[in-house]
Amino acid sequence: MTSTAVVLPTLHWKPTAEAILIPVGAVVAALVLFGLFCLIQGAPPLEVFAAIYKAAFGSGYSLQNTLVRASPLMLTALCTALPARLGLVVIGNEGALVVGGAAAAAAGLAVASASFTIVITVMALAGFVAGGLWIALVALLHSRRGVNETIASLLLNYIAIALLNHLVNGPMRDPESLNKPSSRAIPDDRMIPLIGDTNIHYGLFFGIVACLVVWFLMEHTPFGFSVRTVGGNIRAARLAGLPVARITLITCFLAGAFAGLAGMIEVAAVHGRANESLAVGYGYAGILVAFVARHRGLPILLVATLLGGILASGGILQRQFKLPDATILVFQGLVFVMILFSDSLYGRFDIFKDKPRTA
Amino acid sequence: MNTDASSIGAWGVLIGILAGALRGGTPFLLVSLGECLTEKSGKINLGLEGALLLGAMSAYGASYATGNPWVGVAAAALAGALHGALHAFLVSRPKVNDIAAGIAMLIFGSGLAFYLGKPFIQPSAPQLPGLPLGFWSSLPQLNAALLLSPLFLIGIAIAFLMRHVFCATRWGLQIRAVGDAPAAARALGISIHGTRTLCIIVGAALAGLGGAHLSLFYPGAWTEAISSGQGLMAVALVIFARWNPVHCLYASLLFGGAQAVGPSLQAVGISTGYYLWNASPYVLTLVVMILTCSPRRTLSGAPGALGSSS
Repeated sequence: MTSTAVVLPTLHWKPTAEAILIPVGAVVAALVLFGLFCLIQGAPPLEVFAAIYKAAFGSGYSLQNTLVRASPLMLTALCTALPARLGLVVIGNEGALVVGGAAAAAAGLAVASASFTIVITVMALAGFVAGGLWIALVALLHSRRGVNETIASLLLNYIAIALLNHLVNGPMRDPESLNKPSSRAIPDDRMIPLIGDTNIHYGLFFGIVACLVVWFLMEHTPFGFSVRTVGGNIRAARLAGLPVARITLITCFLAGAFAGLAGMIEVAAVHGRANESLAVGYGYAGILVAFVARHRGLPILLVATLLGGILASGGILQRQFKLPDATILVFQGLVFVMILFSDSLYGRFDIFKDKPRTA
Repeated sequence: MNTDASSIGAWGVLIGILAGALRGGTPFLLVSLGECLTEKSGKINLGLEGALLLGAMSAYGASYATGNPWVGVAAAALAGALHGALHAFLVSRPKVNDIAAGIAMLIFGSGLAFYLGKPFIQPSAPQLPGLPLGFWSSLPQLNAALLLSPLFLIGIAIAFLMRHVFCATRWGLQIRAVGDAPAAARALGISIHGTRTLCIIVGAALAGLGGAHLSLFYPGAWTEAISSGQGLMAVALVIFARWNPVHCLYASLLFGGAQAVGPSLQAVGISTGYYLWNASPYVLTLVVMILTCSPRRTLSGAPGALGSSS
């Protein structure tokens, strides 16, 4: 018996559901594994989860704490997310943050006597450009010399931290900073202020705006389209006449610039000076955020906030359950491993497939 | 004519660099051999830093618990192998990026090492005995520099053994076939998945041994800052050594020496640029990569299928 197959219009909600449910499922699986881990260590998992939730989002105070930690994560995540759209794995987030912070501190101190607006603008520009050039160097090495971008950006992290240590122990050192060598301090009235009477500083807006800008740039502009084309099929992009090297350079500059801005905010809103507190791992956590958010601007906002909350709960776990601070690192690692594992599950569940149905 | 003090001072720098090459180079050697084996089979393992840290912690913990440092060495290899097994499973899945998996395993491994290693930060564990090759000299600095780690000697042996395996044995040919031309290897009936899994696991076990050297010989204690990224730099070092195990040995000595320049200069009173010297191994790696890489051709010696998803 023959029947003519009529392909009905496909339902588009299914791929979307897959794109949301698989990562969510991976995070849930990581939570379960982490719960088992806590159980083995003698901490009741449900109480641990409740404590993390309470410390991260349970009260106005803890929410503020979470958002303060989320804002650098939003920016450093972009440092991995933008080049990832080109098909490059850049992990120079920490280095770009450190370089941006150091440059912002140097520039801010140089113009410290100017007005508030000038100081903040100069610092932001310095952080933006320094971080941008740092990762643009990776792009340059990649397209000119074929140097692997992942390893180059990783090496630049170590070089950036050595540079920072050199600066705050030498040329930029404040002689009064004895225990923790630091640069001189930015005057208090030239720092990024807090919002109202909260503990959140205006730096949070930098992160939110940056993610929105990246989302718009990547999904709704010709430039974003060309970036995605290069990432999708570099030979096709070349054949279509796209200037691949220039697109790579601009994207990597932007990526590093956002991480540099994160460093500037840490200096101008949190520490008030440049010192080794800049390199506390926001860069490496940003890599995780980018991968969990699948390198998209809007999910980065959400994932950065979640991870900010988890980071903020580290202290509670230590005090309440006697779990060491590395617990949070174990948890991050589990989430990362599960998210990657879940990458192999796309297209494996029939329930998410739009099957051409016959009528 | 130099006075005695100043001539020893200048020699002190050289001896310090020699000591750095021998002691500080050993973790580089073992990790880069592990990475070399892994990459020969066509996969990159950026997570060896995690295996190294896990190995360092396990070695110290096992040595402390049993009182026998060699049990610690075995524990380090086992911990590294387990870390490698998880990595191998992860990258054997379709659509999983090698590099991203490496970073994930790096975070997971170091988190686990720091977590489980908390109780071992204070107590002191029995250390590995050194081989005193400096017995002929009366200079204490030279004695200390030439006190060789047993793991260094094991590493040298493994380097030459690995070259022999790659060049002259059936196993080596199999690994190279899988790394160079997986399709051809599959046609010959070689299990790509099995070969790669085994290479990744053994490679990570070697990285674990590198960790054992850190915590049981030099610097000889377990702290969270024990590794300065040797596991990550191994990837660059293998490129530098052109995937040749014996060249990994020379490269490791060079990197270990470069790492010791800053501290050795500081020891004789030259502290200018101390922090910049700390960056020298990384700058060296970057310069080497800039000089040896080329956008137009693949590197000579590079496994053909390296990093491709197949």
